Amino acid sequence: MSSTVTRTRSPRRLGDLVFSGAAFGASLTILVALAGVAIFLIIQGIPALGAEPSDLNGKPNLLAYTAPLVFGTLWAALIAIVIATPLAIGVALAVSHYAPKRLASPLGYLVDLLAAVPSVVYGLWGIGFLGPRLVPPYEWLDQHLGWLPFFAGPASTTGRTILTAAIVLAIMILPIITAISREIFSQTPRLNEEAALALGATRWEMIRLSVLPYARSGIVSAVMLGLGRAMGETMAVAMVLSASGVVTFNLISATNPSTIAANIALSFADATGLKVNALVATGLVLFVITFVVNFAARAIVSRADRSVSR
Amino acid sequence: MNMPQNLGRAPRRILVPGITALALGLALSACGASNEGSSSGKSAETLDGAGSSAQESAMDAWRSAFQKDNSNVTVNYDPSGSGAGIEKFNAGGIDFAASDSALNADKGEIDAAKKRCGADAIEVPNYVSPIAVLYNVQGVKDLQLSAKTIAQIFDGKITKWNDAAIAAENKGAKLPSTTISPVHRSDESGTTDNFTDYLEQASEGAWSHPADKVWPIQSGEAANGTSGVVAAVGQGDGSIGYADLSQAGDLSSVKIKAGSAYVAPSAAGAAKAMEASPVEDGRPESDIAIKVDRKSTEAGAYPLLLASYLVACPTYDDAKTADNVKGFLSYVVSTEGQQAGADNAGSAPLPASLQEKAAKIVDTISSKG
Amino acid sequence: MTTTAPPKGETQHHEHVPLRHPRLPRWAPLLVAAMAASAGGLLALSLGWGVVGWVIVAALLHLVGLPLWSRVIENRRAAVDRLVTSLIWIALVIAFIPLVSLLSTVVRNGASELTSTFLNNSMRNVIGEGGGIYHALVGTLLITLGATVISVPIGLMTSIYLVEYGALSRLASAIRFLVDVMTGIPSIVAGLFAFALFALLTGDPGIHFGFGGSVALSLLMIPIVVRSAEEMLKLVPTDLREASYALGVPKWRTIVRVVLPTALSGIITGVTLAIARVIGETAPLLIIAGSTDSVNFDLFHDQMATLPVFIYYSYTQPGLNPEISRGYAWGAALVLIIIVMALNAIARIVGRFFAPRTGR
Repeated sequence: MSSTVTRTRSPRRLGDLVFSGAAFGASLTILVALAGVAIFLIIQGIPALGAEPSDLNGKPNLLAYTAPLVFGTLWAALIAIVIATPLAIGVALAVSHYAPKRLASPLGYLVDLLAAVPSVVYGLWGIGFLGPRLVPPYEWLDQHLGWLPFFAGPASTTGRTILTAAIVLAIMILPIITAISREIFSQTPRLNEEAALALGATRWEMIRLSVLPYARSGIVSAVMLGLGRAMGETMAVAMVLSASGVVTFNLISATNPSTIAANIALSFADATGLKVNALVATGLVLFVITFVVNFAARAIVSRADRSVSR
Repeated sequence: MNMPQNLGRAPRRILVPGITALALGLALSACGASNEGSSSGKSAETLDGAGSSAQESAMDAWRSAFQKDNSNVTVNYDPSGSGAGIEKFNAGGIDFAASDSALNADKGEIDAAKKRCGADAIEVPNYVSPIAVLYNVQGVKDLQLSAKTIAQIFDGKITKWNDAAIAAENKGAKLPSTTISPVHRSDESGTTDNFTDYLEQASEGAWSHPADKVWPIQSGEAANGTSGVVAAVGQGDGSIGYADLSQAGDLSSVKIKAGSAYVAPSAAGAAKAMEASPVEDGRPESDIAIKVDRKSTEAGAYPLLLASYLVACPTYDDAKTADNVKGFLSYVVSTEGQQAGADNAGSAPLPASLQEKAAKIVDTISSKG
Repeated sequence: MTTTAPPKGETQHHEHVPLRHPRLPRWAPLLVAAMAASAGGLLALSLGWGVVGWVIVAALLHLVGLPLWSRVIENRRAAVDRLVTSLIWIALVIAFIPLVSLLSTVVRNGASELTSTFLNNSMRNVIGEGGGIYHALVGTLLITLGATVISVPIGLMTSIYLVEYGALSRLASAIRFLVDVMTGIPSIVAGLFAFALFALLTGDPGIHFGFGGSVALSLLMIPIVVRSAEEMLKLVPTDLREASYALGVPKWRTIVRVVLPTALSGIITGVTLAIARVIGETAPLLIIAGSTDSVNFDLFHDQMATLPVFIYYSYTQPGLNPEISRGYAWGAALVLIIIVMALNAIARIVGRFFAPRTGR
């Protein structure tokens, strides 16, 4: 054979360069956008450090303006989580382990329908249907459990309290926690489940012994994602809550703390000048809080993933 | 391999109906709404105004009449509250503002408006409406209260409906023992300003807070906008609140004590109180502000009223904007416009003398250069 | 040989242990439920508590009665198991009550509003009757279209980078992680960002236009598009790619002509779901798109009405005719829910029927 084998480098085609450049550029755009959110919020929020009390609803400085809003955000989200988590875990277990196989998929789909409803419709339902219906229970709580600081009353006559808002929030975050928990529960190794059953465990004991221990970190991250969503929810809270910006633990009265997102939604149209900057500053605080919560949640999931998939 | 051919058909199956749907959608969207004239969308001019939510119903009537006559102009009005309206106007974000209280010299609003316009701003009264004290108490139809009692109720000093002070003024009424739930505005509002002004002046010292656009007390139910207050009072048994009469709907209003008689809220009563009140002095020529006499003893006068103003610039950079603002404002203060407002919103048409003064001032609006 | 004998005391204990212990009959839970329902009904009737009280009392009776019966007949572990089973079924029922209640409320209040006037008219010059949501429908369509035009190319190209080019690199895992975190951005923050961006760019502190809304919505759509497209691209078998390379097709052509068509239905599903998610967002549009009564076809100038903002304002600022305004709000809410459900259904149908056969 007289021909020599020459090693040729395949020419770098223009098409490949352009395309891979575009793909890389798109990914960078996302990083830039995320950084941009933080940067622009900071740019617009910094001037608020010099705001007068007249721009801050009478509060002396930006910190005193933001602190009650942060309290309200965390408080409402916490109550929502307390209501939603047991329900979500129960529903997830129902769909993955208790329901007949044929029903499991339609049931899961129906729960996901809750996530498809827009938040403004939840707000309509909360203020138009749920609020008035909750007034008798609030009055009952005021009468019988009024010695607890949570139910000190006097009970609101319209039902537009932070407890009502938290219930609506709980319904809104239920699908998220349920979906993630369901996936985690159905990923339990069948072998462990069968082994528990073979040893004579009842269904609940099987779940307690072989499903829940593996699911712990997943449930934690699901709850944290739900928490993040609850903190960022705007319209439902803005419509349902009768907010006065006070810091209180009273769940059933007409004076309630406001949340950051609801405050921005309600006040933005009215605001000019430094008031806008103050609202953007509170938005920045909300962004940081939800970012941290989501970051931690995803970190927990990825660590769990790595430990499970040896 | 026959896979590529199968795959080739599937995307086409989606793409073709997808594209047709998109085309149809775009074609449909190119048609205007069936209640809008064909001229909408062609060189449409927009006027932006914001402010008093009490003026909302009257504004709807004025805007619709003006837009019917000038179908290529769209007038947007955002009832976000008097405070917000003035601020936005002074910041240059809107063309005209509506406010339930005149520009406040102490807060620097007159100077700020002058700065925005490059000359003294125009301010004319355009809406006079009674503020009703609305209540929702089972079994109580006719409630009459003096300013002092009202002040004590809203201040939280009187907490039950069957309190002695209320019973003393309503002999024969069956007052239940329900807790009183006072409702106030959560946003900055001229209605709040007028109401607290009335309480401050007429309550004989029972109200200790100065008049302000922001409700001074933290307790009680907070509602957003005039409609929010009406909704809150309507939903809660035992509630009492204050709102413009035009949006009160079916709710009962309190008869307030004026002089020695109890007067129910009415447009006529507000007009009488307005006529008996003097014009404020010390303001520029183009600015008419009325100092309402809250202690008026004029027969049949209802002093708990809201005199609402329109604020605009005497000159605008854009000729079209100047024309439209002039046209719209002239319509609003004309006898025709005032009657339309009264028909739709239950307000009192401006007294003739005020109406003439306002029309003259509005007539001076022109474009720069 | 030592015999191991059990200690004296134990022998008697184990003599009568049967191989199976008594069990409740299979219809036991149903019987207890029926009895709880009737007992609860009697109690509620006599105390005048109404339907809600009846249901709560019946549920409590069931929760107490069944485990108690099981404890007596079976054993403690079985009783606990039955208790948990009842709790879980109750949780399922509780979870569905809001969904049923919400949908029935919206349908009940909104169905009568759906007339052709409602769908064809805007609110221009309308006081009271005769208004409609045409302007809001147009606004929603245009703004969502704008958001899709921005987010689909960026999202798709990013997922192509993550799957085809970046794959195992650290930058790719960082991007993937950050995209996941991005799904948690509150919608109001996205709106504030769009406002801050355009206020700075145009120098107008009161800026309101439709395209700003599109930018805010695209910030919310991109993470969904990226994640679902990535999953779909990963599902494409490597053999297809390698066969294409073997035939000398350059990489970019492989992606465009082989990989994308294979994953297309899944990508369309993902995009449709993303659209369904953002079409109901109110907060960012409140901030940057504003609201108006008339139709506005221009994305780049002046305020634009959208369905969610229309619902919000119609309900909270009803003006002179509160019942009519609130009726508009419910009607628009029903239309919005129908659109979202339809989009979800389309996504599922496309995903199920147009999926390429990946097996042989």
